[in-house]
Amino acid sequence: MYKYDHYDQAMVDARVEEFRDQARRRLEGKLTEDQFKPLRLMNGLYLQLHAYMLRVAIPYGTLNSRQMTALGDIADKYDRGYGHFTTRQNIQYNWIKLEDAADILADLAKVEMHAIQTSGNCIRNISSDHFAGATYDELVDPRPYAELLRQWSSFHPEFTYLPRKFKIAVIAAEKDRAAMRLHDIGIQIVEQNGEIGARFFVGGGMGRTPMIAPMIRDFVPLDQLVTYAEACLRVYNRYGRRDNKYKARIKILVHELGAEEYTRQVEEEFAHLLGQGIEPPRDELERIKPFFADPPFEDGPKMVDRSDPDFALWVDRNTVRHKHNSYVSAVISLKPVGGIPGDATGEQIRTMARLAKQYSFDELRVMHTQNIVLPHVKIADLHALWTELDAADLGAPNLDTVEDIIACPGLDYCALANARSITVAQRISENFAAKRRTEELGELKLKISGCINACGHHHAGHIGILGVDKKGKENYQLSLGGSEAEDVSLAKITGPGFDEDGVVQAVETVTDVYLKHREDGERFLDTYRRIGMDPFKEALYG
Amino acid sequence: MKILTGNDLKTGEVVWWDGNSWSRFVDDAVDAGEEADIVIAREEAARRVNVPYALDAARDEQGHVRPAHIKDRVRALGPTVRRDLAVPTADKTGWDWVI
Repeated sequence: MYKYDHYDQAMVDARVEEFRDQARRRLEGKLTEDQFKPLRLMNGLYLQLHAYMLRVAIPYGTLNSRQMTALGDIADKYDRGYGHFTTRQNIQYNWIKLEDAADILADLAKVEMHAIQTSGNCIRNISSDHFAGATYDELVDPRPYAELLRQWSSFHPEFTYLPRKFKIAVIAAEKDRAAMRLHDIGIQIVEQNGEIGARFFVGGGMGRTPMIAPMIRDFVPLDQLVTYAEACLRVYNRYGRRDNKYKARIKILVHELGAEEYTRQVEEEFAHLLGQGIEPPRDELERIKPFFADPPFEDGPKMVDRSDPDFALWVDRNTVRHKHNSYVSAVISLKPVGGIPGDATGEQIRTMARLAKQYSFDELRVMHTQNIVLPHVKIADLHALWTELDAADLGAPNLDTVEDIIACPGLDYCALANARSITVAQRISENFAAKRRTEELGELKLKISGCINACGHHHAGHIGILGVDKKGKENYQLSLGGSEAEDVSLAKITGPGFDEDGVVQAVETVTDVYLKHREDGERFLDTYRRIGMDPFKEALYG
Repeated sequence: MKILTGNDLKTGEVVWWDGNSWSRFVDDAVDAGEEADIVIAREEAARRVNVPYALDAARDEQGHVRPAHIKDRVRALGPTVRRDLAVPTADKTGWDWVI
């Protein structure tokens, strides 16, 4: 894992003291809310429906047990005993007091963490593949490149006031586990003629105008990676719309200019920047890489004892092939049936930290699907790990099933939301679990957002649900056929929306259609793509 | 009736204008009537409340105040999915009218 150097720590410590002074002045009445709001947002402090909310950055979703323990302690000491893992691999706390905020940032700084650039129109936390450095199918570990981009984008003076927020994802496998093409910039590390470089996709996103990012450059040499990213941002910063926040994201610029013209302008800017010497020295990337070196893997058993059916089910469902054949990556589901997706108590967070130290070389990952990964677990240790997870209510065997629902906080917490999403997720998972249909349905990615901003990624759900306000009542639009993986696609709305009871039933109805038409080996998404929308609409609306 | 709400500056908690100060309990809210804009400007300037605004509500026969919009009703009691964290209320039917 990357470790802060003197400069990193000094910057974060200085920011804590700066914010402490800003918060003090606000509490003393020397700053108005209008003056204070941009300052608190630059430190991840929002004002939500019920209280202040603090969003903490987890760069590319990677944590060590000391950091994870600190997150659990913050939940207990300053919040109401729990935290919420988000769809951008971060954590947020829902019940923060302004008078505590600087102390929390100080506690985070002690473990090399912060909340900088988790809000505002700047480059946000860089996200990545949650199995990076562990999976068998990657070209290289993408995190050193993500870390280089993190350093470049932190406090970047030119990109602190962009037209709108800006999200970057970096992957290094053909399999996309980071929704890469639904980011403002998606970077895929690739190999060409024996050389490693970066493929750039620009102008993707969800929100009210979902778009899949087109590829604008199939290969950028590694020693020009930052320069090319800078060129992409410069064109956006210059021409992105600032007159209308709903048209201010880069996807709108790329769409309105056309990918070809946007690319031409980027290439022109890139050619100009190449002469400016802004690329960090290659030595910096080489300095970063060893932080992400493989831990000392050891050979061991390749199989588990499957005599306990509950354990065997969890192994089948929640462990993923590792690059070393004596290890797996184990996914800790934060989706117990009827639970709140992504929520974990302080005690559970500390338990996961302890188990990471014991079984996974002191490392954890946050998935954008609101689960936690222990990336390097010996197959020989799996039963002991599962036993402890199960005892802590962290052993739900439901990765990538209809119970593994992404849901934004929705109207229960969020000031922007129009409808609740958590309750819908709870009812759907309870419904399928009670009828014991989860396993039969196989891989089924269901995503729920409580408003058009799409934090719950509903556009990318095999089944997506969007909560809307219909004359003061919650109403839910159903959509089908989305994917955020390498077969990326945007879901299409089925037709008129439903009330809460109706949408729970509607999800069951569309799964019935799937089972009726499914051919061997087909996932829900495959069947939908083969038979189209009509059979689903017919079943839903007659 | 027109009632006023905002968030407490220090704690961020949802508060309601009770005619003299800000209360945690929606049932304490009073009709601000024509005074709404004046109270909002004065209280915000005094830094006693964050982003206050006026909203429509009704008082029922038992004296309980019920905001008109679902978002304000959720604000009044707390997350419907964490009722253990709800704002205490004497209104036994509170959760029945939130949604």
